[in-house]
Amino acid sequence: MNGLINRAIQCFLRDGWGNAAWLDAARAAGVAPRGFEPMLDYPPAVTERLLMAASDRLGRDRDDLLEDLGTYLVSHPSRAAVRRLLRFGGTDFREFLQSLEDLPARARLALPDLALPVMRVEPMGEDAFRLIIGDGFDGAGAVALGLLRAMADDYGALVVLEVGATLPDGRAVLTIRLLDAAHSEGRAFSLGAL
Amino acid sequence: MAARFELEAEALARLMPMHLMLDAAGVVRSVGGTLRRLIARDQVVGAAFAELFDLRHGVAGATVSALLAAAGGKVQLTVQGRPDLAFRGLAVPAGPGQGALLNLSFGIGVVDAVQRFALTEADFAATDLTVELLYLYEAKTAVLEELRALNARLQGDKVVAEEQALTDALTGLRNRRGLDLAVEAVTEPDFALVHLDLDRFKAVNDGFGHAAGDHVLLEVARILGEESRRGDTVARIGGDEFVLLMPGMERAEPALGRIARIIARLSEPISYGDAVCRIGASAGLILTVQVPGADLGQLLALADAALYAAKRGGRGQALLWAADMALDGG
Repeated sequence: MNGLINRAIQCFLRDGWGNAAWLDAARAAGVAPRGFEPMLDYPPAVTERLLMAASDRLGRDRDDLLEDLGTYLVSHPSRAAVRRLLRFGGTDFREFLQSLEDLPARARLALPDLALPVMRVEPMGEDAFRLIIGDGFDGAGAVALGLLRAMADDYGALVVLEVGATLPDGRAVLTIRLLDAAHSEGRAFSLGAL
Repeated sequence: MAARFELEAEALARLMPMHLMLDAAGVVRSVGGTLRRLIARDQVVGAAFAELFDLRHGVAGATVSALLAAAGGKVQLTVQGRPDLAFRGLAVPAGPGQGALLNLSFGIGVVDAVQRFALTEADFAATDLTVELLYLYEAKTAVLEELRALNARLQGDKVVAEEQALTDALTGLRNRRGLDLAVEAVTEPDFALVHLDLDRFKAVNDGFGHAAGDHVLLEVARILGEESRRGDTVARIGGDEFVLLMPGMERAEPALGRIARIIARLSEPISYGDAVCRIGASAGLILTVQVPGADLGQLLALADAALYAAKRGGRGQALLWAADMALDGG
């Protein structure tokens, strides 16, 4: 189900930098201007080619781009469904963090083909956590960084996020310090908004 | 003797936010917070169960004994005066002669109920799977929307691809494949088939260039379109070759009359910039009544023979196929 991911990158480029930027990146990556169908599968190499092309076109580091993609996935109005589905994870940011371990299973319930990396959340003292993201995609840590930052805003939590050293087995590590779980109002979320 | 436990009402309310504890007389002694909010009455505790709810499906009377006597304690009920507020419930005896504990749920109506009553996570017990159900409902709805959009796009592509596969790109007329399908789709038993070939078209291309030639072809297509009737098909099957399919034609004279009119219009000068292009047309006509059972290929060959005879006989005319016309065009 990488069509969904490719499509998200396509919309991210288009919404963030305009259609011309998307078309340039698509051309450089050998992708048709119309782009991707979210419900179809594409060869895995296409995603990487598209990321490289976008990184070249925008003159931005691949990880920077992926971090912005993570933020975009949660905070852009056109991605409202993703944000809502993530908010089902918990009533506050702490609960949400814990629910990340369930995220791959939740995603599979919705789309059996959607394989998200295994995630583990380990407490590190009172208000600190370590998120370990399973192997599979180089840059998953960067995406998670942007995504968690945006989700913290969404919940109104004040957090400090840091990318830790990648584990010897290749798994990415993020540390999360929760300074204030109710720093601001956050965005409203109602269960039955559909 | 079976074990008995005591529970504070507040603990019971956290476990079951939609419970009712009834005493032996059927008076509410305790109610879960969510249910109390839904019933929206000033006093629930102290009210008689029978005044708050109607039992459905033939359970006689809203009494404690009726509740407990229902199949396995399973009941369906609605809030009085609110037939839209329906629950399913499970009643168990609270103890010998001590009333009943009744726990309610929305059943499948929960998705609606959450929207209508703006319920939140706090309205459900932490172990309740309603939030997961809502998550799943929303996720599946999002996926369905994507699939629906995908289907619409694929359907649109399919229509365009089919149309393109049947259409001559320059003129928008049917192509040979489109003609085949049109012949298959003819519902009337008899039809006329006209093979029409432009005269002096090569001179336009050679004298004024291909752009002028294309312009002439578009004009020809326009005229053929204007001269066709409902149910007719006009196809371009070669550079300057056209075929007209006229369903319902079983006599030669009216068909020849229509073709003569077309040839007359095609013989009028066509302007292209400063150039004036002068073409004409010859045509061969075959009627299916002349050769019963012939297929499209055979009909086209006969119409072609008639066309050849028309050209050899001096161009600018249409001839009906006759048995003495050579088949191979020579």
